[in-house]
Amino acid sequence: MKKPILNVKNLNKDFQVKSKKTFFGKPSSVRVLSDISFELDEGETLSIVGESGSGKTTLGRCIVKGVSASSGDVVYHSESGESVDFLKLKGKGAKKFRKDIQMIFQDPYSSLSPRMSVYDIISEPLVANFKLNKSEIDAKVTDIAEKTGLNASYLKRYPHAFSGGQRQRIAIARALITQPRLIVCDEAVSALDVSIQAQIINLLKDLQEQYRITYIFISHDLSIVQNISDRVAVMHLGRIVEQASTDSLFGSPKHPYTEALMSAVPQPDPEQKKSRIILEGEVPNPANPPSGCHFHPRCAYRTDKCVQESPALREVGDRHYVACHYAEELNLKGVHDDAVNIS
Amino acid sequence: MSTLPLFRRQKTTAAAKPLASADTNYSSQWRLMYLRFKKHKLARISLIILGLLYAVALFAQFIAPYDLQSYDSKYVNAPPMALRFVDADGKFHIKPFVYELKSTRDPETMRKMFVANKEKRYSLQMFVKGERYKFLGLIPTSTHMFGVEQPGRLFLLGTDGMGRDLFSRIVLGSQISLSIPLVGVGISFVIGLIIGGISGYFGGWIDSLIQRIIEIIRSFPTLPLWMALSAAIPPRIPVVTMYLYIVIIFSLIGWTDLARVVRGKFISLKNEDYVVAAKIAGVGNTKIIVKHLVPGFLSYLVVATTLAIPGMILGETAMSFLGLGIRSPATSWGVLLQEAQMIENVALYPWKLFPLGIVILTVLTYNFLGDGLRDAADPYKK
Repeated sequence: MKKPILNVKNLNKDFQVKSKKTFFGKPSSVRVLSDISFELDEGETLSIVGESGSGKTTLGRCIVKGVSASSGDVVYHSESGESVDFLKLKGKGAKKFRKDIQMIFQDPYSSLSPRMSVYDIISEPLVANFKLNKSEIDAKVTDIAEKTGLNASYLKRYPHAFSGGQRQRIAIARALITQPRLIVCDEAVSALDVSIQAQIINLLKDLQEQYRITYIFISHDLSIVQNISDRVAVMHLGRIVEQASTDSLFGSPKHPYTEALMSAVPQPDPEQKKSRIILEGEVPNPANPPSGCHFHPRCAYRTDKCVQESPALREVGDRHYVACHYAEELNLKGVHDDAVNIS
Repeated sequence: MSTLPLFRRQKTTAAAKPLASADTNYSSQWRLMYLRFKKHKLARISLIILGLLYAVALFAQFIAPYDLQSYDSKYVNAPPMALRFVDADGKFHIKPFVYELKSTRDPETMRKMFVANKEKRYSLQMFVKGERYKFLGLIPTSTHMFGVEQPGRLFLLGTDGMGRDLFSRIVLGSQISLSIPLVGVGISFVIGLIIGGISGYFGGWIDSLIQRIIEIIRSFPTLPLWMALSAAIPPRIPVVTMYLYIVIIFSLIGWTDLARVVRGKFISLKNEDYVVAAKIAGVGNTKIIVKHLVPGFLSYLVVATTLAIPGMILGETAMSFLGLGIRSPATSWGVLLQEAQMIENVALYPWKLFPLGIVILTVLTYNFLGDGLRDAADPYKK
């Protein structure tokens, strides 16, 4: 029996934008996250994919309270069985659960304070959340540094002395030191070289096995997503348009947008003909989204219904959710289809 | 020949340029900033010059041969005296000397003129007895660093319309001219830090309100405002009180710039990933401000402060020049320049513009110093 760790329910996020027309104009808002709901089981990895501006990063930051959500709940089920709305926690309660949910940022250059030594950076969450004496902190920092592959003798150095991959290890060590149960990895490897990417991914996987950590893995790199995740959610313009297990999503995508994303995955075989779907038009402006289905201006299968009616996220298979009117009728191509063709 | 060592030096600094060399791996922000600053030659030289200027201001009474009140009506508008080593007979003296000044009249224009009396030599002496004063305001003494024996007179930069030694007055005036900007900027710094910090941290309507107030203050034309404010200063008050009033007038406007710098940095740093990371890690607000935000913008604030000083020096000079700032008997460089208001003074006695040169020197060195500090302020920028 799988134990749920996080329930995101109807999460919305609006950004205030000043109207340019008048000086005292009422600030209008742009909805960057709209009605996001999903469930997360303990120990699994949920990937969130989508193009730039689809709201992936904002979603991640809303969950960890780096950005405050406009409405909705993020229900966290703690180890002891308590269920709390993580977003509405204040004071003592917040302090109690804060350490359970941590985040790894995209850019290891901006996420580490250049003014603190690596030791201070890694121990900061520890000092903030626990009352420990110096030798206990010392032991924990050295331990976590070892686990994340950092040389303990480098801890007195400052971040500028490290390369990107090492910096990301420092960031991972900082996220891990409070022994969190859930880590949001916001494009945690996209700023790194491919060889380093593999190292970091393997490190994350090892740590997951060791500590049963749950990951929300935000990425635009579908090869990595396919490799690491149990389930994948596809975001388009602030909404989840499809959500399924990795095999199901990559094998038989049900949403035309997912199909287009899949076709962009690079094929290792150079002789194989690429049938890449090039989406026409531009990413719609979230301040002025299209009517009906937000994807319809770029969708090859659109009908009048798509222009008028907004499709709801519905279950079409075993935990396979999709927001498309024609999910059952369309025969869309996934990644595995191509793989079969090669052999 | 002299270019050779210079060239070699440049090479070594170029080799030491990569910041991530082994020994900087353990260097903190301030150490890195110091290393960067050291590379800025002009700023280094400026720092030395400023150091000298402030040392002179600190020991002004000792260095100046005469005090502020001392005058000699025999030597009105005397030109600068040249220090000589070789006398009229071609004999060399190790101790520099000056000739006695004799006043005569131009036979055509009947203008008063000074000629050197080559019969009478006065050698320059170290530690001569002169007017009584208190060394550093504490120890009463009458020893001055240098001077000439009585009844000789030493006017290195000439005299003014009352026969007062200009060199002494420049040296003594530097005490006020160089300290007003420091005190003024100090007050602005504190006000700017607090108000800018509040504005940037809380945001929302508080931010809007403070920014509008700053805009209103900054949109005042400064000169009329200064005039109005200094007109409000009672005319007969002690020098120290007047000094304080003037400083307050300057800080009243000066803080707005610094408040904006602080606010801007606060807002940009608040959204830095590493600050968000600290927030997610559960670090409290106060700790985030003290450990992340303040160290982040302090260096920029130092730069802004340094660059604000020249403006204050010029402001004080301008106000005193117009007779609105420091008033006699106290003296600042601006007061000394008052005499330059009259065209005949500039035309006939150009040495009265010497204080101007000192003002320019000070402002320039502060600007170069600010430049160097700005380059060093963000040692992490590639």
